Amino acid sequence: MNNDNPARNTKVMNRFDLTSRLIAKLKNEEAVIGGIGNTNFDLWAAGHRPQNFYMLGSMGLAFPIALGVALAQPDRRVFALEGDGSLLMQLGSLSTIATLAPKNLIMVVMDNGIYQITGAQPTPGAAVADIVAIAVASGLTNSSWAADEDDFERLIEESMSATGPTLIGVRIDEKPGTGTTRRDPVQIRERFMHGMGVREPL
Amino acid sequence: MAVAEEKTSPETSEKSWHGIVLQTLKRNDIRLVPYVPDRVLTTLIRNLHADPFFTTFPTAREEEAVGIVSGAWMGGMRGAVLMQTSGFATLANVLASLAIPYQIPLIMFVSERGTLGEFNYGQSLVCRTMRPVLDSLAMEHHTATRLDEFEFIVDRSIKQAITTQAPVALILSPLLTGGKVFDK
Repeated sequence: MNNDNPARNTKVMNRFDLTSRLIAKLKNEEAVIGGIGNTNFDLWAAGHRPQNFYMLGSMGLAFPIALGVALAQPDRRVFALEGDGSLLMQLGSLSTIATLAPKNLIMVVMDNGIYQITGAQPTPGAAVADIVAIAVASGLTNSSWAADEDDFERLIEESMSATGPTLIGVRIDEKPGTGTTRRDPVQIRERFMHGMGVREPL
Repeated sequence: MAVAEEKTSPETSEKSWHGIVLQTLKRNDIRLVPYVPDRVLTTLIRNLHADPFFTTFPTAREEEAVGIVSGAWMGGMRGAVLMQTSGFATLANVLASLAIPYQIPLIMFVSERGTLGEFNYGQSLVCRTMRPVLDSLAMEHHTATRLDEFEFIVDRSIKQAITTQAPVALILSPLLTGGKVFDK
């Protein structure tokens, strides 16, 4: 990623630290969808909650999955954590979300400009693309870069009462995820459905 | 779309294949219907939009629609995805990494291009990948060819998907829909 880009006057932060700050602010059983790889590893490491959903594949679908949850439960806030490489696979979903405009959907893009988990290769957009500008141009007008950790927390607080979908871009470092999600897809899905109040435990 | 379909009036639509899809979705409380359009699906999509029971909208890619209905299912809302054959061909990864391993009752309606009068060689080739992909994942799938058994297939398949928590693909043959013909 081009950290010298003057258009991005934003601090380089850390994925696990930001994820932990987000989780600490959740008081109303908000849903959190963690994208493939490091994004959901750090969500897992930040402390498991039944309202967390961890993806084990289907790269790029964190925002669409979160959109589905948000449409099904309009009274619950739904957060989605996605990497910049993943989002580049599914940029069209930003327009879908902008059109449907669910106010309870908050998207966080963890942007380090690399495919960290496959060997830190740069993404095709690393040196040239601005994810937040892409989001705005896709119709998500309430999109912004978080300047630092305090600004990230402020944007999360604002999103709790937003009247439309929120997208928050954060520049992050090149560190790998902190934990490793237990890869049991049926249990992940079933516990998430308990967390969403859709099902009772067996 | 076949000319005969164009002339179907709303009053008789329940007896048409697309009327059966709409009514059977409704009877099974399937409200969320994202799609990537197909000419054959035009009337169905129009009627879904016109019915306030449904939340229906286009997505940029078929796997995006699969992600949306998967999330909605986990949030307690039932959905189905509409697409054409070439769209299904983009789904192997999301089927194998989301719908099947997480046991999500993904319901797909696939308008079949590529056979029985196809005029685009690429469509006929991609069509040949569809059933091998479904079979390689041991997925339930049916090809609907007859109007008189269509409601049975759709209704039972939806109920089986939900109760067994497994995806199903319902392939809409040109024998059922008239398909798309080389008329323009």
